[in-house]
Amino acid sequence: MGKHVLIMGLLMGAILLPSQTWPEELPALKSVHVELPSGDSQFPGGAGADAINNNCLACHSADMVLNQPALPRATWEAEVHKMINAYKAPIDNADIAPIVDYLARTKGTN
Amino acid sequence: MIDRDTGMGAMSLSRRRFLAQAGFAGLSLSATQAWAQAIVRLPLASDPRDRPITSEFPQKGALILQRTRPPLLETPLEVFDQGVFTPNDRFYVRWHWADIPTEIDVGTFRLAVRGHVNKVLSLSLNEIIRNLPQVELNAVNQCSGNSRGLFQPRVAGAQWANGAMGNAKWTGVRLKDVLDLAGVKAGAVQVRFNGLDEPVVPEAPDFMKSLDIDLARNGEVMIAYTMNGEQLPLLNGFPLRLIVPGWYSTYWVKMLNDIEVLDKPDDNYWMTTAYTIPDTPYANIKPGQTGVKMVPISRMVPRSFITNIADGASFPAGVKTLARGIAMGGDTGVAKVDFSADGGKSWQATRLGTDYGKYSFRQWETDFTLPERGAHSLMVRCTNSANVAQPSVPNWNGSGFMRNVIETTPVTAT
Repeated sequence: MGKHVLIMGLLMGAILLPSQTWPEELPALKSVHVELPSGDSQFPGGAGADAINNNCLACHSADMVLNQPALPRATWEAEVHKMINAYKAPIDNADIAPIVDYLARTKGTN
Repeated sequence: MIDRDTGMGAMSLSRRRFLAQAGFAGLSLSATQAWAQAIVRLPLASDPRDRPITSEFPQKGALILQRTRPPLLETPLEVFDQGVFTPNDRFYVRWHWADIPTEIDVGTFRLAVRGHVNKVLSLSLNEIIRNLPQVELNAVNQCSGNSRGLFQPRVAGAQWANGAMGNAKWTGVRLKDVLDLAGVKAGAVQVRFNGLDEPVVPEAPDFMKSLDIDLARNGEVMIAYTMNGEQLPLLNGFPLRLIVPGWYSTYWVKMLNDIEVLDKPDDNYWMTTAYTIPDTPYANIKPGQTGVKMVPISRMVPRSFITNIADGASFPAGVKTLARGIAMGGDTGVAKVDFSADGGKSWQATRLGTDYGKYSFRQWETDFTLPERGAHSLMVRCTNSANVAQPSVPNWNGSGFMRNVIETTPVTAT
């Protein structure tokens, strides 16, 4: 009788909590210490890349930009202003035009 | 032997090996990228299509390098052919901000629960694991912008092919149980989630996402402490990650350490500006169209992929061939997967694999024969259990979100 009640209880538990598992399966997590690749490559292009190298690489590696397709100049302008306005990139006003020029020159649709 | 003959020492040998590897990877930018070992050509809508394959990220195997810092790592297509669950070391990686903790101490880590609650909590991992019921769920995690690189016209952003997704068995606790421990006060409307990652520029908006209170308490949303039976790789959110089954990954906050119950809707940048979509069918607009109402992205939609045949593969004409792949229903299960070997003119039902739950990938397979030599288009279409099928026309929006058109694999019969 008692055994039946126990079995019924287990069955009902299983029905009420279908995805619940048993305590002996609890994991033991281990502390983690890793190193991430630095991603400090520069944009190619010599002096013409100075503005983009000096302003953009603090927050993200160059490959993100180099992997972009050709886009209209207006799109690049909008991207640079999104970085400044939404993501608070500390870009000198004087560097905005050289950065947009670089992007339109190397990644433009024209 | 050659080195001995030419008198070159070990240093120059390793130098030459390094140059050969760098050259093979198409990387002449800088010596710091010497760790890339090979390239993959992604089926993107236009150049550049080549990406390095990297194994240099901690706890990770070979993945497609989309961005080094903060990491964007894509799962190669062949991984999805190897099984319905995506191995942790091949699971894609996506971070918004570069200030990612590289050291997590499981003894001192705490999860805060605060805001519009009766009792503020600071839970240790041990308390979460020992004191709350453990639950399991198989679910697909997919980036909102998965397949962005297939959008035409092209849009800016991570230029993913189809590998910004993965399927795992998640084990952890119900979010509802954690919220009940704290006691949600009347008048709560949303719950906001924050992780340990931070922007490099302090003034930039910290990455936070919110769910409506009813969704947060539905008993399905969970906080995972293992993934496929192992602790999460750091880059997938160790030690705790929010799991929002059926919803895009933007809500699956990684390194979750702060839960704040809100008594008014969250107006933070990541809810009101980023990750918003046109409030139209398929989140679809015309390129250049403006003045469209935008809403936060939410539920996923059905998708399916051929995983054993690459773009441009060739087969002998008139010979029976196996096609195989995976499908997902989005916010509900996979009802059926149909296959076409003639560019969508005729469709045949496929055999479905084991059902691991409605939020999981499901495998499908079928045989087909290409009748005559020449170019052919293979297509696969998932219909979910709410009778929503993938559309035949691709959607477009400026963020490259929610692609779910029937995908086409061009092949040749010889």
